[in-house]
Amino acid sequence: MSAKVYIPRDAAALSVGADAVAKGFAAQIASRHLDATIVRNGSRGMFWLEPLVEVETPRGRMAYGPVSADAVAGLLDAGLLEGKPHALCLGLTEEIPFLKNQERLTFARCGITDPLSLSDYMSHGGYRGLEKALGMTPQAIVEEVANSGLRGRGGAGFPTGIKWRTVLNTAADQKYIVCNADEGDSGTYADRMIMEGDPFVLIEGMTIAGLAVGATSGFIYLRSEYPHAFRQLQRAIRIAYDKGYLGANVAGSGKRFDLEVRMGAGAYICGEETSLLESLEGKRGQIRFKPPLPAIKGLFGQPTVVNNVISLATVPIILDKGAQHYRDFGMGKSRGTLTIQLAGNIKHSGLVEKAFGLTLREAIYDFGGGTASGRALRAVQVGGPLGAYFPKSLLDTPLDYEAFAERKGMLGHGGIVAFDDTVDLAHQARFAMEFCAVESCGKCTPCRVGSTRGVEVIDKIIANQDRAQNLELLGDLCEVLTDGSLCALGGLIPFPVQSAIRHFPEDFDKPAPPPPTNGARKSQESQSWR
Amino acid sequence: MPGALLPILHALQDEFGYVDKAAVPLIADALNLSHAEVHGVISFYHDFRHTPPGRHVLKMCRAEACQSMGCESTIRHVQDRLGVKLGETTEDQSFTVEPVYCLGNCALSPAVMLDGKLYGRVSSEVADFLIDSAQRHG
Repeated sequence: MSAKVYIPRDAAALSVGADAVAKGFAAQIASRHLDATIVRNGSRGMFWLEPLVEVETPRGRMAYGPVSADAVAGLLDAGLLEGKPHALCLGLTEEIPFLKNQERLTFARCGITDPLSLSDYMSHGGYRGLEKALGMTPQAIVEEVANSGLRGRGGAGFPTGIKWRTVLNTAADQKYIVCNADEGDSGTYADRMIMEGDPFVLIEGMTIAGLAVGATSGFIYLRSEYPHAFRQLQRAIRIAYDKGYLGANVAGSGKRFDLEVRMGAGAYICGEETSLLESLEGKRGQIRFKPPLPAIKGLFGQPTVVNNVISLATVPIILDKGAQHYRDFGMGKSRGTLTIQLAGNIKHSGLVEKAFGLTLREAIYDFGGGTASGRALRAVQVGGPLGAYFPKSLLDTPLDYEAFAERKGMLGHGGIVAFDDTVDLAHQARFAMEFCAVESCGKCTPCRVGSTRGVEVIDKIIANQDRAQNLELLGDLCEVLTDGSLCALGGLIPFPVQSAIRHFPEDFDKPAPPPPTNGARKSQESQSWR
Repeated sequence: MPGALLPILHALQDEFGYVDKAAVPLIADALNLSHAEVHGVISFYHDFRHTPPGRHVLKMCRAEACQSMGCESTIRHVQDRLGVKLGETTEDQSFTVEPVYCLGNCALSPAVMLDGKLYGRVSSEVADFLIDSAQRHG
C-alpha cells in the first residue's frame, strides 16, 4: 500500500517553509522510486511545530516537526515512511498533549483531511448536518441551533438562534446569509485556519443557515490580508457547485443556495457587521445606525443573517449530533466550545478548541508552556485590539463571556496575546488609540476625533507633562468614547487603555524619556500612516 | 453583479498595481455612480492606491501579537536599511513598505507579507534575507 505523507498547505505553515518541504519530499520520493503520496492537509494548529509532517502508520499518524527542507533526506533515511524514530519525531500526533487535551468539535477535521477532497469530507462526517436539516422544517432547524446555546463567535456573543429566528420571521422575497470573515483582531487566526483547512464545513454551515431562514444567496466577506484563504474558498465553492451541493438543487432537494466570496480591501472596521454590509454593497465601509437590525434590513435592505466563520462552521456538528450534545460542553451561559488562539510571545502557540471554562492560566501555561522568550509573563491581552490587558493576578479568570465582562475585559474572538516583562503598557495604551485613529470609519465624532486626541494626551502623560491632569482628561475622554461612539471600535477602545492604567499604573509613572536626538523618529511614530 | 465596485477596483489593482485616476470616471459611468462616490471608496480602504507601488510590496505587521515578539525592531531595521518610512516607496522604486494590522499569522509572529506571500518569525535577519532575494530577482 502506498504510504501517505501529510504536509500542511495552511498559510501559516507555508510562511515557515511548508512548500519547500513538500517539494523536497516530492523530489526524494521520485528519485528513490518510493511508493508514497503527498496529501496537502490543513494545519493541526500546533504552529510551533510547523512545518509538521505526518505519515500514516498502522498505529495511527506519526508526527515529525518542525521539518525543514534540508531534513527531508535524513528523515526518509531514518524510515519516516514506516513511522520510525528520528530526532524530529514527535510520536503519534493524537498523543501530543497539546492536541490530546482538546475537545475538537468545530475543528474535528482540520489538519486531518485533504481540505479540497469532498469524499474525504464526507467520510469524516461531512454533510451529515445538511442531510438532517433537509428533513426538518425551517423552524425546527432554528430551534435546534437556539437550543444548542451557540453564541456569536465573532466577539459579541449574541445568541445565534435568536438572530436566525428574527430573519426567519421577517417576510421578504430575498434574504441573505453573510459570513463575516473579516478576522481583523490581532492574535486571532481560527477563521483563517478553518477556511483553509476545512472549507466545506463553512459552506455546509451557510447552506444550513440558508435553509433555516429561507435565504437562497450567501456571501463570504473575506479580508484581503488572506489571499491564500480566498483561493482555497473559491476552489472549494467550485467543487461544491460541481458536485451539486451548491446551486439550484442542493443535494437533490430542489432547494437553491448560491454562494460567493467577496474580498474586503484592508479596513478593520469592516468586521463590524453594518460596515461589512456597506462594503459588500460596494460602498465606503462606514457603519450604519441600528435599528434597523441587519436581521430585518441588512444586505441591499433585505433580511440578513450575519455570522462569524466559526459560528457558521459549528452549525453542521450541532445539526449532526444534536443541540444537547453541543450544549453539554461549556459553563454558565457560554455553551459549547471556544476556539482559543494562543498568540504572540508564547512558547507553544496554536489553536486550542476546548469547552468554555478553561482558565487563562491553564491556556497560557498548560497548553502554551509560558512565554516564547523565556522571560517572565507580564501582561495578557484577550479579545483583540479592543480587549483589556490583564495582569498575572487575573490569570485565574475562566474563559467565559460573562467572567470576562465582570472583570472589565472581553473574550471576543478568543485570541490570547501574551507579553513578557519587556512590555511597556503606556506604549500599548498609546498604540490602542493610534490604531483606533487609523481604523476609525469617521462617521461619529467621539471615535474620529477622540482617538487622535487620545494619542496626544497619552503622549503628554508619557512625557510627564501635567501628568495627573492629563490622566484625568484621558479618563474623561474614555468615558465620552464609551458612551458616545456608534459602534464597538470607539466604544471599546477604552478597554485596553483603561485596563493598562488600572493594572499597570507604574508604567504611567516613569520619568519622561529623553527627547529624541533628531526629530525624525518622533514625528514618524506619531504620524498616522493613512 | 450587485455591489460590483470593490471587485472592479481589486481587478484593476491586481492588473496594474494601482487604480489610475483616469479609470474613476469610466467606473462611475459603468456603475451609475458619481465620481465622488468612486473616489470616496478608493480613499476609504487602505488597499487601494492611485500611484504605482515599487516593484516589491512589503507589508509589515505592527499589531499587538507581532509587537510582543519584537516587530518594532524589525520594522526599524527595514526602514533604516531601505531608507524609507512605513507607507513610502524607495527612490529606485524597488520597494514599497506598508504597515498592516494583522496578517493572521499571530502564532508565528512577527509576520510580513512580501508580494502577496506570507512569512512568519521574521527577525531582522530574515527580513534582510527576504529583501536580498527579492532584489536578486529584480
